[in-house]
Amino acid sequence: MSSSVVKPVRQVRRRTGFAARTDWWAYAMIAPAFIGLAALYLWPFLSTFLKSFMNVPVFGPGEFNGVDNYTKLIGDDAFWRALGNTALYTGIVLLGIPLAIVFAALIQQVSRGRAVYRVLFFLPVVTLPVAIGMVWRFILNGDFGLLNWVFSLVGIPGQYWVADDRFTIYAFAVVGIWMGLGVNLIILGAGLQNIPVELYEASSLDGANRVRQFFSITLPLLSPTIFFVTVLTTISALQMFDLVFIMLGSVNNTAIDGSKTIVYLFYEAAFVQFKQGFAATIAIVLLVIIMAVTALQFRLQKKWVIYD
Amino acid sequence: MTRRESGTKRRASRRSGASAGQWRIHLILVISVALMVVPFVWEILTAFKTNNEVSSLPPTLFPANPTTAAFETFFATVPFWMQFGVSAASLVMRVIGQVLVAALAGYAFARLTFPGRNVLFVLFLLMLMVPSQLFLIGQFDLMKGLGLLNTLPALAIPGMFSAFGTFLLRQAFLTMPKEYEEAARLDGAGTLRTFWSVMLPMARSMIAALAVLTSLYSWNDLLWPLIVSPAGDNRPLTVGLASMQGQFGTDYPTLMAGALICTLPLVIVFIALQRQFFAGIASSGLKG
Repeated sequence: MSSSVVKPVRQVRRRTGFAARTDWWAYAMIAPAFIGLAALYLWPFLSTFLKSFMNVPVFGPGEFNGVDNYTKLIGDDAFWRALGNTALYTGIVLLGIPLAIVFAALIQQVSRGRAVYRVLFFLPVVTLPVAIGMVWRFILNGDFGLLNWVFSLVGIPGQYWVADDRFTIYAFAVVGIWMGLGVNLIILGAGLQNIPVELYEASSLDGANRVRQFFSITLPLLSPTIFFVTVLTTISALQMFDLVFIMLGSVNNTAIDGSKTIVYLFYEAAFVQFKQGFAATIAIVLLVIIMAVTALQFRLQKKWVIYD
Repeated sequence: MTRRESGTKRRASRRSGASAGQWRIHLILVISVALMVVPFVWEILTAFKTNNEVSSLPPTLFPANPTTAAFETFFATVPFWMQFGVSAASLVMRVIGQVLVAALAGYAFARLTFPGRNVLFVLFLLMLMVPSQLFLIGQFDLMKGLGLLNTLPALAIPGMFSAFGTFLLRQAFLTMPKEYEEAARLDGAGTLRTFWSVMLPMARSMIAALAVLTSLYSWNDLLWPLIVSPAGDNRPLTVGLASMQGQFGTDYPTLMAGALICTLPLVIVFIALQRQFFAGIASSGLKG
């Protein structure tokens, strides 16, 4: 090791002299990620885009048919039904956010038992969505479900919540809110941690009570986090698939026809009916919808989100 | 631990005025949490009932004659351990792949200088914003073309390369002080050595968060397994459980027993690694 005394010195000069020089190792380090990205994400994305303008038979090569798939989709009642269902589901699930804000604020206020509350609210997040769908399908069962029984105690007439397509989307939305509460709670809780205590102390001296503090300090300062949570919730609600499949699709429930979401329609077209061209069109339309809704949310945030 | 020891706790109790007034908040939270866990409690209670008891009105709260018959039926008819093995193997492959691939690329994007860095990173960001359904047809075609349908690699491979991990770990490396890296370089360490021995260990809390998030997606994922491995020996638990519904119809005790057994492994991991779960969720949301 005697030569190592000199060696570092030489390297210091070389490294500091060319600090911004190309490091060729970078390409080797990025190669695995890039090859995976190209083969499994970039290319599939491009091929989905191309297929949305093609008629793709199960066997053999597809052929371009212009915007035929798009006109067919626009003229398809099932598509509009699915779009309406997805929009309704997303709209109701967003109502879970105020709920998450209140619970996050309440948990922040207590000095004991926070961890227990967080864990319990979070349990649905770590539960298999398949299991969640099964349990709720049972609870919402029209004949011997727990919900109808509880309703009967207080005189509310029971319904076939998951067998009547007038109610299925509302049923999914209730489950969706229940599932999403834990995630939103954790993100909002992290946002609450960043609000300086001094603000609350100062306003207490000014005589503001807790409710007033919530509306004049907590909500405005939490608004960037609320915005983030709203965008995340919207994007994932627009992609809802699991609950429809588990509660209706996989059990051949007849209510499925009126209860499909956009992604369910996509799944069916692509992997049950093997109409890849048409399915690709649904996927592209979904992408456009998600981008439009997200862009709209970013525009609207200027009106209500407060950054320092 | 006393109440005064931790800053956040002190802040909380000060904010609420006197901690003596906290019982009202606790009351609201306890009632809410009780409502939250009703489905789980009902799932557990049902799993110990008989099918007759479940389909009679009015429903009984506690099983009249607690029985483990539903669990026995589940284990006797569903290849649980095989499906558990598939889920676990796919999870391990996804976590190891994701962490290695993302750490290498994330470090290069955060700390190394090379032509094309920004263009490449924008590509990663773009793919991060595209909803996953846009990739499914192409990924399916690729797996089919490679003859991998209904195999373990088909389940695991796409999840090993998501742009999300690269993005998350790039953020982690960006926030690290440059001094350690420079010190390592002064000591004569090359790029790879600096990355492996100095930077990677420093990123371990974010790596843990990424590993936990990847595990969560992997274990709970339904759509992709349904596409590439809908039947046969390489079905993961999610697909197996979903198809159990067709098999058992309205035999709810057996369905609840199955749901319970398949859910337990991840719940146990979660209880043990809460901090990592919460850190991962807080830093990124559920889906990047």
